[in-house]
Amino acid sequence: MAIPEQPASAAGFTHAAARTPLQRLQHLLHSNPSLVPLLVLIASVIVFAILAGPRFFSPLALTLILQQVAVVGIVGAAQSLVILTAGIDLSVGAIMVVCSVIMGQFTFRYGLPPGLSILCGLAAGTFFGFLNGVMVARLRLPPFIVTLGMWQILLAANFLYSRNETIRSQDIEAQAPILQLFAAKITLAGADFTLGTLFMIALMLLLAFVLRHTAWGRHVYAVGDDPQAAELSGINVKATLISVYMIAGFICAMAGWVLIGRIGSVSPNSGQQANIESITAVVIGGISLFGGRGSILGTLFGALIVGVFTLGLRLLGADAQWTYLLIGALIIGAVAVDQWIRRVTA
Amino acid sequence: MKSLLATTAAVGVIALTGALPGAPSSASAADQIKACLITKTDSNPFFAKMRDGAVARAKELGIDLKTFAGKYDGDNEAQVSAIETCMFEGVNGILMSPNDSAAIVPMVKKARDAGILFITLDSPLDPLDAADATFATDNFKAGDLIGKWAAGKLGDKAADARIGFLDLNASQVAVDYLRDQGFMQGFGIDVKDPKVIGDESDKRIVGHAYTDGAEEGGRKAMETILQIDPNVNVVYTINEPAAAGAYEALKAVGREKDVLLVSVDGGCPGVKNVAAGIIGATSQQYPMRMTALGMDAIKAYVETGKKPEPTPGKDFFDTGTALITDQPVDGVESLDSKKGAELCWG
Repeated sequence: MAIPEQPASAAGFTHAAARTPLQRLQHLLHSNPSLVPLLVLIASVIVFAILAGPRFFSPLALTLILQQVAVVGIVGAAQSLVILTAGIDLSVGAIMVVCSVIMGQFTFRYGLPPGLSILCGLAAGTFFGFLNGVMVARLRLPPFIVTLGMWQILLAANFLYSRNETIRSQDIEAQAPILQLFAAKITLAGADFTLGTLFMIALMLLLAFVLRHTAWGRHVYAVGDDPQAAELSGINVKATLISVYMIAGFICAMAGWVLIGRIGSVSPNSGQQANIESITAVVIGGISLFGGRGSILGTLFGALIVGVFTLGLRLLGADAQWTYLLIGALIIGAVAVDQWIRRVTA
Repeated sequence: MKSLLATTAAVGVIALTGALPGAPSSASAADQIKACLITKTDSNPFFAKMRDGAVARAKELGIDLKTFAGKYDGDNEAQVSAIETCMFEGVNGILMSPNDSAAIVPMVKKARDAGILFITLDSPLDPLDAADATFATDNFKAGDLIGKWAAGKLGDKAADARIGFLDLNASQVAVDYLRDQGFMQGFGIDVKDPKVIGDESDKRIVGHAYTDGAEEGGRKAMETILQIDPNVNVVYTINEPAAAGAYEALKAVGREKDVLLVSVDGGCPGVKNVAAGIIGATSQQYPMRMTALGMDAIKAYVETGKKPEPTPGKDFFDTGTALITDQPVDGVESLDSKKGAELCWG
């Protein structure tokens, strides 16, 4: 089963009558991998709405969660693409922050027009992704190692190049407001939607569509499921892998731009946790770390679950450590469910 | 395995230095003085400036200086191996800003037993007398100054202030509780246990949230506090990046004009934010002075064998702190942002 979310196979239907309710649930989840995180998300919103009341369950608070997860969600989208190919990208956070620093420093150190600096940042992100992709696809190095190395290299380069200097929000506002573009917001019935939030949602929907309905999308799943079989069926595995890492790099650079909008300033100290947070969102979102299975919308739900727990528990006055503890339990639970679902095809 | 190797290496170094008659402390004056600086991380501009100050002073004094840093805040292992390397080099003195005040103590003892002058910078060891001397900002006083200023600025309204605290993280390390509790004392809040954040019962406290000392965390923490009580009107922040993030969150809800924001650090971007009226007041500290004085102390120790003395009335050497504000309050001594900009770092 390389392609998810398509009707169960004909064989599945003939045996349908003989299934227990549990087996039916297993099959339902197998064909709709983002259903589990969606249900967990809805349940957690309801629980916190009851416990914390209107402080939590208000348009403002709920859209605040969206704002808080926007950056991680976007990085998570990039991470999802890579994980779907049975890879992993530890350099996503480093690419993001280095690209935001490029956008800022090119403008403020070299006096480039901010629009051009942004393009340079986006190009740089794509290029870093390209390097990752070439090393994974052409040199056949394990993605974990390649991106572990890239993470260290980019983070060090980030601190060396930026000289640890932060560009102040007020200077950006005065001289290069376009860098803060994603902070712009639309207020609707008490809800605050920033452009960054809307971009995250649009990106997720676009990728979900592309992955499901284009040849390239199906190739991504096929490569992740079984690269040999994909190769035999005529898919250019190497080109697909390189394209995935390049797109992931580009998306991380976009996340860097959104990040500037979120925190106002350009800070080389941002995004230190983004790689782990994005993997967390992907895993809770039900995408299989073994590749080839899962829906990118699951990542959106996964990121939102983390956001709901973080804000909800803080509003209840709980120690922040409880958030990490529960997220840890969710990660293990999600992988256990994934293993259980996998047995459908076994 | 790693720790085993580290221990073996340490034992080896001890044996070596112990066996050699010409141990570092008795090096002849003709030999070049050697010193090490070990900072917490390279990512924080505070420590980057510390390094700059040390390098400049070492050059003036003709000291051979090697610098090391942890990889992340809390990275104890890297500092252990840095001390080992310095002992191996046979340095005369080590300046260190410890990542783990208690865990590093046995290693510090080994260095001192080998005749090395050991001075901690910025954060004291636990126990404090595990080092030969501590050069630090009086963080409690730094907090006290901004607390007094905020109370003075509010006047009668201080009695029904709504105060949010943007702290560092859940571990409640010394710098975190000292500044937080210092602020409370200055503002006129009963701190109860001065080493514990959050045991107070003053009704004016809205809540505490964690920032990780960075813009991203500052924004998120401020959003949480606003969610707990939208009428918050005084906000204490652990440092200026956190304050900058908090300001973005306040701006997003249109509260940036009527919330009093105070901070600690005195970095150049922070002082600019004081000048722009974004931060009401900040307590400035002097990292370059810490390392410059440290270099002087090592030179004096090699030449005369004398160890530095603590500031009278304190158990450490106070490298000074000053309140920077453009809105001075009666009874609280302060410098304006112009003077602050001359003295700022980072």
